Amino acid sequence: MDKKFLQEKALEVRKDIVTAVHSAKSGHPGGSLSVADTLTYLYFYKMNVDPKNPKMDNRDRFVLSKGHTAPALYSVLAEKGFFDKSELVKLRKVGAMLQGHPDMKGIPGVDMSTGSLGQGVSTAVGMALSAKISNDDYTVYTVLGDGEIQEGQVWEAVMSAAHYKLDNLVAVVDNNNLQIDGKVSDVMSVYPIDEKFASFGWNVATCDGHDFDSIHTAFEKTNEKNGKPWVIIQTSVKGKGVSFMENQSSWHGTAPNDEQYAQAMADLDAIAKELEGK
Amino acid sequence: MSEVKLIATRESYGNALVELGKQNPDIVVLDADLAGATKTGVFKKQFPERFFDFGIAEANMMGVAAGLAATGKIPFASSFAMFAAGRAFEQIRNSIGYPHLNVKICATHAGISVGEDGATHQCNEDIALMRSIPGMVVINPCDDVEARQAVQAAAEYVGPVYIRLGRLAVPVVNEENYKFELGKGATLREGKDVTIIATGLMVARAMEAANILAADGIDARVINIHTIKPIDKDIIIKASKETGCIITCEEHSVIGGLYSAVSEVVCQEAPCKVVPVAVMDTFGKSGPAKELLDVFGLNATSIVEKVKANIK
Repeated sequence: MDKKFLQEKALEVRKDIVTAVHSAKSGHPGGSLSVADTLTYLYFYKMNVDPKNPKMDNRDRFVLSKGHTAPALYSVLAEKGFFDKSELVKLRKVGAMLQGHPDMKGIPGVDMSTGSLGQGVSTAVGMALSAKISNDDYTVYTVLGDGEIQEGQVWEAVMSAAHYKLDNLVAVVDNNNLQIDGKVSDVMSVYPIDEKFASFGWNVATCDGHDFDSIHTAFEKTNEKNGKPWVIIQTSVKGKGVSFMENQSSWHGTAPNDEQYAQAMADLDAIAKELEGK
Repeated sequence: MSEVKLIATRESYGNALVELGKQNPDIVVLDADLAGATKTGVFKKQFPERFFDFGIAEANMMGVAAGLAATGKIPFASSFAMFAAGRAFEQIRNSIGYPHLNVKICATHAGISVGEDGATHQCNEDIALMRSIPGMVVINPCDDVEARQAVQAAAEYVGPVYIRLGRLAVPVVNEENYKFELGKGATLREGKDVTIIATGLMVARAMEAANILAADGIDARVINIHTIKPIDKDIIIKASKETGCIITCEEHSVIGGLYSAVSEVVCQEAPCKVVPVAVMDTFGKSGPAKELLDVFGLNATSIVEKVKANIK
């Protein structure tokens, strides 16, 4: 794993996210920034995908169950070359390819349409089951929000993945502890997340969602196939990388104005400079 | 008169699934703890490696079906209409309908002919719900012959399909050589005085009504609309123009089902009087299925009355 490459790539992804949401004048920057590193890791290190052949049969699948963080997925896909980066500034506009939430029919590289919370994870279970039925060896990855796991359907899906022994399924819970109405622990506690998944029969790993060594260690564990699905619970910071967005639930679904956009890009440039010096 | 064969369309479904299973290894079947009742259990017995029970969790089952379809399988997902179209509506809309995935939702125990279980299990709203989803094909077969062919046609069609099936054994209306054509209504009886457009188990009752009317000198056309979406506009427009009055017959709410679908066509294309025989904006109740059909006016007598009261 080339850590510096991933760090630099993730910074570009963060700039893309902020630029896309600023341009759209709406969208979800907070949760997009909190999953930016993990999505970068998946698409630039872990997953077997080919931007030239987005429908490749044996590709690993990715389902963004927390579909509102589409700007993160779109930015990673654009950086990877699935489509032109110029699409990003058209996000959410009439006639744009990039819909407010992931749309598998129109966007190269998007494996499932998501956005209604709790549903993506079930579709990921279906894909993993499909691979088992036909002895395909791809892995299915899905990312859930920590608020999202309040949806009952998530636990139906979690139960079924363990029941059908889907060890080709890896779920990530992006635990930034913030949802629209405030702290997850205040709105409706989902804790302890690890014990819940373990008691449903899953393998559990944890990581720091902004440290590539930690992310890498967690994902390496998921290579072990023991008849149980894997969950990685990543501790993350909503709005990570943009000083005024960090840990603020108010930045869940708000776009930066021009001034805030300039500040956000300056913050990310500063991080880039720091990285260059290393 | 020769004895009429009675068979529930859920039985036809189970048998058709087995045939499909033999033809195509990509056919997989999902159920939510009702395999015995929906008859997917018949498939399970033959192809246990391609049958998956998801327990009492219909929302997840629909999502799983979407994931299977997105990776090349042809999933048939079954439960009762109430829990498929009703409980899992939003999963069907967003995870199956929006991406237009190749999922076949085959819901049994539709309508009040569920019988004794009563209102909580009698789904009179499923056609309305499924019809409202862009790109969803909605089929309501009338008998065994049609149901088996509809299941086959659904498997061949690429895209989401909802098939409405019943618990009650119903008369076989069609001959074995009948050819089901997706999206095409079938004229079962020619007539010039009025058109009775029926769907599902009401088709047999419409034929019964037409025979009674004939004895009274009223020449009723009978059309079987098995595919409620996309609906056969031409056959409806023609009926409106040629007979001037349409009676729609369905074991479904008067809101959003066949009556609505036919009216939508008629209003725009060829206005005429359209009168419903349907469940009139009310919940069902417990009782033997056949008695309930009479209680809710879903019988030949009601159709005859409606015809006589409305034709000129």
